[in-house]
Amino acid sequence: MISDGIEDEEKWLAEGIAGLQQNAFYMHRALDSNNLRDALKYSAQMLSELRTSRLTPHKYYELYMRAFDELRKLEMFFKEETRRGCSVIDLYELVQHAGNILPRLYLLCTVGSVYIKSKEAPAKDVLKDLVEMCRGIQHPVRGLFLRSYLSQVSRDKLPDIGSEYEGDADTVMDAVEFVLQNFTEMNKLWVRMQHQGPSREREKREKERSELRDLVGKNLHVLSQIEGVDLDMYKDNVLPRVLEQVVNCKDELAQYYLMDCIIQVFPDEYHLQTLETLLGACPQLQPTVDIKTVLSQLMDRLSNYAASSAEVLPEFLQVEAFAKLSNAIGKVIEAQVDMPVVGAITLYVSLLTFTLRVHPDRLDYVDQVLGACVKKLSGKAKLEDNKATKQIVALLSAPLEKYNDIVIALKLSNYPRVMDHLDTGTNKVMAVVIIQSIMKNNTCISTADKVEALFELIKGLIKDLDGTPVEELDEEDFKEEQSSVARLIHMLHNDDPEEMLKIICTVKKHILTGGPTRLPFTVPPLIFSALKLVRRLQGQDGDVVGEEVPATPKKIFQLLHQTIEALLSVPAPELALRLYLQCAEAANDCDLEPVAYEFFTQAFILYEEEVADSKAQVTAIHLIIGTLQRMNVFGVENRDTLTHKATGYSAKLLKKPDQCRAVYACSHLFWVDDQDGVKDGERVLLCLKRALRIANAAQQMANVTRGSSGPVTLFVEILNKYLYFFEKGNPQITSAAIQGLVELITTEMQSDTTTSDPSADAFFASTLRYIQFQKQKGGTMGEKYETIKV
Amino acid sequence: MVLVLALGDLHIPHRAPDLPAKFKSMLVPGKIQHIICTGNLCIKEVHDYLKSLCPDMHITRGEYDEDARYPETKTLTIGQFKLGLCHGHQVIPWGDLDSLAMLQRQLDVDILVTGHTHQFKAYKHEGGVVINPGSATGAHSSITYDVNPSFVLMDIDGLRVVVYVYELIDGEVKVDKIDFKKTATTHSAH
Repeated sequence: MISDGIEDEEKWLAEGIAGLQQNAFYMHRALDSNNLRDALKYSAQMLSELRTSRLTPHKYYELYMRAFDELRKLEMFFKEETRRGCSVIDLYELVQHAGNILPRLYLLCTVGSVYIKSKEAPAKDVLKDLVEMCRGIQHPVRGLFLRSYLSQVSRDKLPDIGSEYEGDADTVMDAVEFVLQNFTEMNKLWVRMQHQGPSREREKREKERSELRDLVGKNLHVLSQIEGVDLDMYKDNVLPRVLEQVVNCKDELAQYYLMDCIIQVFPDEYHLQTLETLLGACPQLQPTVDIKTVLSQLMDRLSNYAASSAEVLPEFLQVEAFAKLSNAIGKVIEAQVDMPVVGAITLYVSLLTFTLRVHPDRLDYVDQVLGACVKKLSGKAKLEDNKATKQIVALLSAPLEKYNDIVIALKLSNYPRVMDHLDTGTNKVMAVVIIQSIMKNNTCISTADKVEALFELIKGLIKDLDGTPVEELDEEDFKEEQSSVARLIHMLHNDDPEEMLKIICTVKKHILTGGPTRLPFTVPPLIFSALKLVRRLQGQDGDVVGEEVPATPKKIFQLLHQTIEALLSVPAPELALRLYLQCAEAANDCDLEPVAYEFFTQAFILYEEEVADSKAQVTAIHLIIGTLQRMNVFGVENRDTLTHKATGYSAKLLKKPDQCRAVYACSHLFWVDDQDGVKDGERVLLCLKRALRIANAAQQMANVTRGSSGPVTLFVEILNKYLYFFEKGNPQITSAAIQGLVELITTEMQSDTTTSDPSADAFFASTLRYIQFQKQKGGTMGEKYETIKV
Repeated sequence: MVLVLALGDLHIPHRAPDLPAKFKSMLVPGKIQHIICTGNLCIKEVHDYLKSLCPDMHITRGEYDEDARYPETKTLTIGQFKLGLCHGHQVIPWGDLDSLAMLQRQLDVDILVTGHTHQFKAYKHEGGVVINPGSATGAHSSITYDVNPSFVLMDIDGLRVVVYVYELIDGEVKVDKIDFKKTATTHSAH
């Protein structure tokens, strides 16, 4: 059936074109021989093809365009006829003899065009006559095309201001009147189209109607092109008349299209000055009209207009554009109860964009828009509509992008309330957007109150929100998310120690709710932020007597202690150990011995009880030794306890080489190379000897298990340590001992059982080269080395 | 001529949010032939960022690096130079030149690059060079006070290396240059 329909239509169109071409052929012949009578006869027959009702608008258009081209030629002919002396008035009469009304009216319009051009009658009279006569065609498609033809041929002959057709009797009012009348008639035809034919073909008809809409809209375009339509005329005549037609036609398709058309074709400043009228029409439209898109378009245009030049902004204020738009949106949302949430939010996004462009200084407006959105969303739990969620993200992102300053968003009371309506996933996305905005703009959040507000916004990242199911989050995504929180903590800063401490306390309160998965990410930045504050306060402790000083290093160390402790539940012993050591060193710098001792104790407890992996132990013990080596706050007793522990654990590492290296590293705990550092030469030597014993044991073990000695590199390392302390002036380290060690290594290297190791050889060679270098240096160092023979 | 970027101790996000914007705008892909990083990046995002600047990357492990696959020390040869890389927390006392010199002898390298102290240093030492590029983010350190963000670019050309140090001081990038020539005889003592 359907395919038949299409084939039939093709056939009918082909027939129409054939008929048209045949008559056009005869018409051409008549034109060539200046035979007016035949020209009229064949052109009328040609135009009769347009009387068909069988074609869809699309095909009819094809036929119409062919006729249109032919009519151009005929018009030229008419023009020449008048030049040859034929009266245009006679012609105007003559064409009316055509038998059928449709060809007659096409011909009349064609001659009418020549008639106006001849100026033998006022343009307005001819135009009025034509537009009235066209009423004779009431078939929608035929009528629409005929009037479209009329519009086309008359476009350049309207008595517009400055046009040659403007005269005593012809004013721009007449031009406007003509176009409005043609528009009204066309719209009526267009609307009526839907009532023709069986109701089961309604959908198809609406599609066809939609194809014809531009014929109607063209009139509005013509109106907008008329020079004489100034703001006053637009306001007093054009817009009210057009809107009257739009509202009264009560047709969804027409109303949506024409409202959109009005907004697109007329200038922005006209819209701004007629906002009330234009918006007033909105609630009068059919409830099914997609008014939100229309309003969004309007607001987008006005936003762009506002952005185009600062000079136009006063106009916006003068007409109270925000209040009017906000009001209209409220009414539309109220009137269209069935509008989906996404529609309402889209409207608010447009209004917000408008507000940010036009009234960037009015945060209350911005908050008001968000508030209206909250009101619309209230009563509904979380949004599950993807599109609506996207719009909310757009709504919340707009102020961030505009102000590039999260601090402004923190002032908007409705901002977090809107965020509450997002589902957990989107809430997090939004939180990340907020953090990125802060990072991008390098925004410093400088008070505890703001930090509190900020954490309220990003709480989706900070903790598991109540009632949300534990979701399977991709580990990478989770890491990235938490890293962004960690980065954020560095942006929370105030130079005033009191406020900074408040900020730190606020951050601590929030991040400690994060649970074991988040703590390893969020604790370290907080610790280092607090350590920076300690560094600033360093040396101030105890200086202030009597008065209560909240921000003291002591107080901060308590806070640090509690925070690191939270890591134990994770458990993250290695991280906690490192952080304890950092705190210990900071306490050392603040001259707080008991505090430093306590941190060290914690580090050792973790080492003993929690760090089990042998590789992790090696790193941990080096960090302990390295930190302890730098501590100068400890009295003899505390120091002894800690160094004793450190050397003890060093000697208990699993692998012999690791033991050996950790033990010789411990030698530095007894010899600190600065003015008031410890200098216990004897214990240095004890360490190095112990290291030698371990190296020997390692060698023997290798002998037993592999049948050959292990590499001598450990001995070379110890030799270097001997040289180090030798140079530093440790009396226990003698040149004889060094000489002995050099010889021992040389023998070992030449031994058959020793595995050759090029890197150990190179190490030894460069060590010998170094000894040589020092010998040749001369001076005290040269003297010192003199007795060593290599 | 080969350009080598040396940096380390970024401590992102533990101690700093990101590299300074001024550094990021200077470090563009395609200009650098090798990256050597002493460690403490600390997260994969930073690793990926560096990789985007130059795929030939050598990293040793800092004590805060989550990636356990980074080695403790690494040596590589670029042109005529042998380079050694180590984070430095293993070398006690931390930042001590004489102890680092021992590591230099142990790795048998011309240029030793280490970190940990967050303080830029470059010494000529026994015919070699010991470099600490500082902290590229100016991260807080318990060892060094008032850390300025810094990194090092080495221009290696034949037997000559020019070490450029870029330091961000009060929002301005200052560049310093240290010239070093390797004598052909340095390693002939075998």
